[in-house]
Amino acid sequence: MSLNIRTYHELTEADRSGLVDQIMTQRRRVADRLTTVRRVLAVMSGKGGVGKSFVTAGLARALARSGQATGVLDADFNGPTAPQMLRLPVTSRTLHDGAIEPAVSAEGVRCFSMGMLLEDGRPLAFRGPETEGHVWRETLEAAALREFLADVAWGALDQLLIDLPPGVQRFQELTELLAAPPAVLAVTIPTPESRDAVRRALRAAVERKATLLGVVENMVGGPFAGSAADELAAEFGTPVLARVPFHPGDDVWENVASKLGSSP
Amino acid sequence: MKFLCVECDRQMQFEERQLPGDGTLAAAFRCPTCGRVVALLTNPMETQLVASLGVKIGGTTIPPQPMETVRGMVTTGKPDAFDDAGEGRGPSWSPDAQERLARVPNFVRGMVKRIYLDYAKDRGIAEITPTVMDTARTELGLEGM
Repeated sequence: MSLNIRTYHELTEADRSGLVDQIMTQRRRVADRLTTVRRVLAVMSGKGGVGKSFVTAGLARALARSGQATGVLDADFNGPTAPQMLRLPVTSRTLHDGAIEPAVSAEGVRCFSMGMLLEDGRPLAFRGPETEGHVWRETLEAAALREFLADVAWGALDQLLIDLPPGVQRFQELTELLAAPPAVLAVTIPTPESRDAVRRALRAAVERKATLLGVVENMVGGPFAGSAADELAAEFGTPVLARVPFHPGDDVWENVASKLGSSP
Repeated sequence: MKFLCVECDRQMQFEERQLPGDGTLAAAFRCPTCGRVVALLTNPMETQLVASLGVKIGGTTIPPQPMETVRGMVTTGKPDAFDDAGEGRGPSWSPDAQERLARVPNFVRGMVKRIYLDYAKDRGIAEITPTVMDTARTELGLEGM
């Protein structure tokens, strides 16, 4: 005998669990927190080791010096470097009005990073069963991203820079959490290998309808040869915002900051 | 996740949640027509997956704490990462409850304390005891806290 079983959506009685409502409440907390943030800007590359965090920090400090209220969310939970890059003071995080205060750099950049929470020298580890960790670990990291967005007292910001880890997974999680896709700043080094990895990331960004603000080519003038930034800029119709040499001066970041500050 | 009493063709209603041990989460559902109760049992990995989403089967009666998932799940956090000073006002703590709270890692202790305080305040409980903590754990879905 075949049972006549209805679909999930046909069962419409009130449910005390309300799991979907709980998820929607989480999303509303993110949206509410970010109502005072003018622009969320994802710094991404798809490639590791190209200097995303370095570019994020240099740009954030320059934006703050130019008078823009700037925040940095370090979304690289397994390799957080923002506290060192921004030279943040090492203090405990305090709670006020249901939110956690970010650390603030000397220039006024507001930052939150897993690096501020983890014991020195220890990897990010989660409580949980020892087997099948791959099933839930990514979900937990997505939850951490949601909480970093929703539970930090970001306040009124002109720019909230999200320093993404390599790959596109965290970018996809970010777009699912935000009401609108973030703006994207791509970071590459000159090489064809970097170009190919960044191309994949930018395709993912375009598919998610993100606005591309431009490409920053890092580590220019050293051993890395190629024209990745120019090729990516031509392919995606976006400007090359800067070519950053090894040991760049403040003027390099201020130039990028002025271009970003004036872009819509 | 919903449960259908096939015989009555009625959506079953959440009844209660329990943590019987072994990483198992048990959620009981009752048919409002025939009264039949079934229990959903999750294995440790499934329990973890639900916790990872930051949702509670059966819902919750107190608001979420800031960074509840991060503080509840990260095991390599700095003991002094959060300054929860001034968050301890409200119902009193029995000596046994204080001792038990002291065993919670520093990284999450302030948040756990606040959750129990909110729970007790919400229900007009004047003193938090280990029994109150156990009940809160089960009712609020604080697996592992």
